[in-house]
Amino acid sequence: MTAALPTRRDEAWRYSDLKAVARHWPVVVEPVVVPAGEHRTDIIRASEDGIRHLAISIGAGASYRLTILDAGRSYGRIALDVTCHEGADFQLGAVLVGHGAQTIELATTVRHVAPHATSRQIVRAVAGGTATTSYLGQVAVAREGQKTDASQSFKALLLNRGAAANAKPELEIFADDVKCAHGAAIGEIDRAALFYMASRGVPPAQARALMTRAFLSDALEGLDDASIEALDAEISAILERAA
Amino acid sequence: MLVIDNLTAEVDGKPILKGLTLTVNAGEVHAIMGPNGAGKSTLSYVLAGRDGYEVTGGSVTFRGEDLLAKAPHERAAAGLFLGLQYPVEIPGVSNLLFLRTALNAQRTLRGEPEVSGAEFMKLARAAAETLGLPFDMMKRAVNQGFSGGEKKRNEMVQMHVLQPYFAVLDETDSGLDIDALKVVADGINALRSPDHAALLITHYQRLLDYVVPDRVHVLMDGRIVRSGGAELAHVLEAEGYSAIAA
Ligand SMILES: Nc1ncnc2c1ncn2[C@@H]1O[C@H](COP(=O)(O)OP(=O)(O)O)[C@@H](O)[C@H]1O
Ligand SMILES: [Mg+2]
Repeated sequence: MTAALPTRRDEAWRYSDLKAVARHWPVVVEPVVVPAGEHRTDIIRASEDGIRHLAISIGAGASYRLTILDAGRSYGRIALDVTCHEGADFQLGAVLVGHGAQTIELATTVRHVAPHATSRQIVRAVAGGTATTSYLGQVAVAREGQKTDASQSFKALLLNRGAAANAKPELEIFADDVKCAHGAAIGEIDRAALFYMASRGVPPAQARALMTRAFLSDALEGLDDASIEALDAEISAILERAA
Repeated sequence: MLVIDNLTAEVDGKPILKGLTLTVNAGEVHAIMGPNGAGKSTLSYVLAGRDGYEVTGGSVTFRGEDLLAKAPHERAAAGLFLGLQYPVEIPGVSNLLFLRTALNAQRTLRGEPEVSGAEFMKLARAAAETLGLPFDMMKRAVNQGFSGGEKKRNEMVQMHVLQPYFAVLDETDSGLDIDALKVVADGINALRSPDHAALLITHYQRLLDYVVPDRVHVLMDGRIVRSGGAELAHVLEAEGYSAIAA
């Protein structure tokens, strides 16, 4: 169980829908352990309201690839607390889709507690209606985490005026020989590209869907072709339903 | 094919086209020349239906139909093609996917069956080869990382696959070296036929040495101020626009 019900003053919950949180509180922490030297891949499809909190431990020399497709729920939060041991590798690709009045949140804490671990997080969000999508990404490198190579990239696409996206990267670094990169960008669909597609005969809705899908596909990078194809089809269906 | 009658249009409330009249018949190639800021690109955007280019008067009839009543994608499906002066980059969407989506969207709108993947690849390969665009580039994101010349070749590849009745090519020749210019000119000439027509917008007479136009028009300050045969391009080259206007 996690602690007391969060409030607006808690940094990690500042963009949350606290009424919805109360309905799903308390949250059971789910452990995920990747033993030393092993490789594990998971895909989480989150489509029903709720909060999940995963405590992920990646053993020495182990690697974990996690893909998240969070779409179609009115309130959803996924919190990842990841610990990377020596030489561990963590890869996250997350797609967040919010429509209507949905609030979709992803909060990650990646702890590099030993040398030579790598982490790479790619989060892509689409918000339409009055939806809010948020990414809170914390990277904590301990004194022992020399030669850490950590990156996070968040990009959000707002489909209309009422939609919102929040990004809160946070780096906490106590080792001196590390590489930590982060980037966040929030934008709209490129109107010039929409015109270009229309001038070639592609109707506006189809053009938007094509560009949105392309935008989200960064998060699927590195997966096997079959998984990409399956997820791409799911994403297309979700976008079509929302359009 | 295309009849533009007394067309006026504005951008941001500023009149740019000020009564433009022009008829291009099937089988003809016309050239529009004119100084920077004359309204050449504006004309091309108005024909294609770009947002923000507001028609305030006049009419455009394309193959017997009111062009201005159609949405941009419907104009494309009706057989209008615009080769952009500055082709747009579309991150994450490959040229092949873009072009196949476009071709099939047009066919669907016209009530024709979609082309199969194999048929499409054949068309795309042939077009890329004709225009000298390495096929690998067809797999890359639309225009991303393309040089100016490659972008223009890519516009021509699209035109070849889409087979429009009427092509408006806005400074397709700028940014091309002489070899690329010849390839693009051949590509335009290959589509000349009694059923097709084109409007070449250009600054230079250079392209018109390879694609000899039936008519040349001078556009200045939103109007056609002079029209003539192919020789007019040479007069312009020798004497400049100011001599024409005077
Ligand atoms: N999007 C725009 N916003 C404001 N002014 C524009 C825009 N597009 C064109 N114009 C203006 O319209 C006039 C004609 O431009 P343009 O059609 O691009 O000329 P050309 O292609 O002949 O060089 C210029 O004065 C230009 O500044
Ligand atoms: Mg121009």
